[in-house]
Amino acid sequence: MLITAINLIYLLGATSFVIGLKKMSSPDTARKGNALATFGMVVAIVATLFIPITDAPNNYLWIFGAMIVGGIIGYISAVKIEMTAMPQMVSVFNGLGGACAAVLASTELVQYAKGVTILNNGQLLILLITLLIGAIAFTGSMLAYAKLQGLLKDSQVTFPKHNIVNLILLGALLAMSVYVYLNMADPTLWYIVLIMVLSLVYGFSFVAPIGGADMPVVISLLNAFTGLSAAAAGLIYDNKIMLVGGILVGSAGIILTVLMCNAMNRSLLNVLIGGFGENNHKSSDNGDNQLAKEITYTDLAIQLYYSQSVLIVPGYGLAVAQAQKVVKRLDNLLSANGVDVKYAIHPVAGRMPGHMNVLLAEADIPYPKLLDMEDANEALPNTDMVLVIGANDVVNPAAYDDPASPVYGMPVINVWEAKNVVVLKRSMSPGYAGIQNQLFFHHKTKMLFGDAKATLEQLNDEVKTLDS
Amino acid sequence: MEQLFLFLENNLILIYLLIFTVILGFEVISKVPTVLHTPLMSGANAISGVVIIGAILLIRNASPTDYFSLSLGALGVILGMINVVGGFAVTNRMLKMFSKKKK
Repeated sequence: MLITAINLIYLLGATSFVIGLKKMSSPDTARKGNALATFGMVVAIVATLFIPITDAPNNYLWIFGAMIVGGIIGYISAVKIEMTAMPQMVSVFNGLGGACAAVLASTELVQYAKGVTILNNGQLLILLITLLIGAIAFTGSMLAYAKLQGLLKDSQVTFPKHNIVNLILLGALLAMSVYVYLNMADPTLWYIVLIMVLSLVYGFSFVAPIGGADMPVVISLLNAFTGLSAAAAGLIYDNKIMLVGGILVGSAGIILTVLMCNAMNRSLLNVLIGGFGENNHKSSDNGDNQLAKEITYTDLAIQLYYSQSVLIVPGYGLAVAQAQKVVKRLDNLLSANGVDVKYAIHPVAGRMPGHMNVLLAEADIPYPKLLDMEDANEALPNTDMVLVIGANDVVNPAAYDDPASPVYGMPVINVWEAKNVVVLKRSMSPGYAGIQNQLFFHHKTKMLFGDAKATLEQLNDEVKTLDS
Repeated sequence: MEQLFLFLENNLILIYLLIFTVILGFEVISKVPTVLHTPLMSGANAISGVVIIGAILLIRNASPTDYFSLSLGALGVILGMINVVGGFAVTNRMLKMFSKKKK
């Protein structure tokens, strides 16, 4: 009777996950979707606390203590984190989920190796898989965090021939696992510990060669890994909601990964091997003897103030400088003078798809002002002024005309089709992908150098003097 | 070969469940506007914290003197709980900003 009730509650929880995810995929219902998924998780956890287990010692004190500690840490980090650091935070949360799966699998495996418990073939295999995927998701996500946070540079964690090192590591890992599986009658604790350590090292090494610009793709993939490890653990505990939830996240994570790769016009394999920025030296030798034209604050302020339409192309530089709110003030000043101000959002602007939208929403910029790439490209020929703020690779014309460039073929915002382009940029240094941008030398383009926030504030002052 | 068929036969419902859930995951995500990719990834990530259930079950089944399992289980619950609570809270924070500007 109670068992049936609990199973029905699990069913309710799993259904909430599915409907919640579905609702999260539309802006109108997204918040409800998240609330529904949260509800699903709460009922699933409560049901698990009370599911009848014969002769179970329960140890509720341990469970509640750990839940409170974890809950408080999770809540505080979620509330305190800056919106610009969101991708790193998601990566950390994801890594801890993977770590949880790896801890579960190691505990069960160690108990088995010590002869405390007995496993059948299937269980041993699934535990090894859970350990492998969970540990990879853990260290991989932590490295992704460190890279996004700027704690580590790509060159500090890669060896020469890194992909071969990775293949050897993976091969060794799989061979060890097969060995343990085949000798299951006579388990050795040391082999299991070795597999655990190797998986952790491999997760780190797997993410190491992947360039910073590709990090969101990796985080999404590791998210799918965590889902799959949760599903595998669900098989061990014969728990349907872990299985359904895990698989759901696994497949959703994989399709999201593919969508992100498509937005950058690259294949997943290409991303994983990490070829970005390695062979771009031969790309049409750029810029050294060309001159970029600069513009003064006063000129720019006047041009903006008397334009019919202004399109702002924000990039990560804007987010790093925390300049969203200053942009909003510029927008207000210009709009008050009848200028039509819109924003063009490239699918991979910021550090994750949709990240820029979140950042602009935080500054209270209304939703209808945000154009996606297709709409922006349509509007561009009729736009008087384009203001590129801290974006680089997403407005690089090399995507169309330089087959040697790593961004060749990537969909970009065709800002050069507008009547005038002004690029706000810290310096002439190349963008995140490490490549030069011919846009800066285009005859329509003028540059304004400096930190995005400081520059925009000064620009605001200039516009205000026109206003009075 | 016979063993494989037997396994498939015995777990047919489970295999149905796996395949349908995979398709469901693909379908649910493939129609998402880019704007929502980040919150969605974050939400999906919170759901993957469902692995915490395994950690709870591990503690519930452990003998009260088996401190090895208890402490690792507690570690698992802490990690899972950070994933779940942090994941849902952060997603909610992101989505709150979308609903605010809608009105």
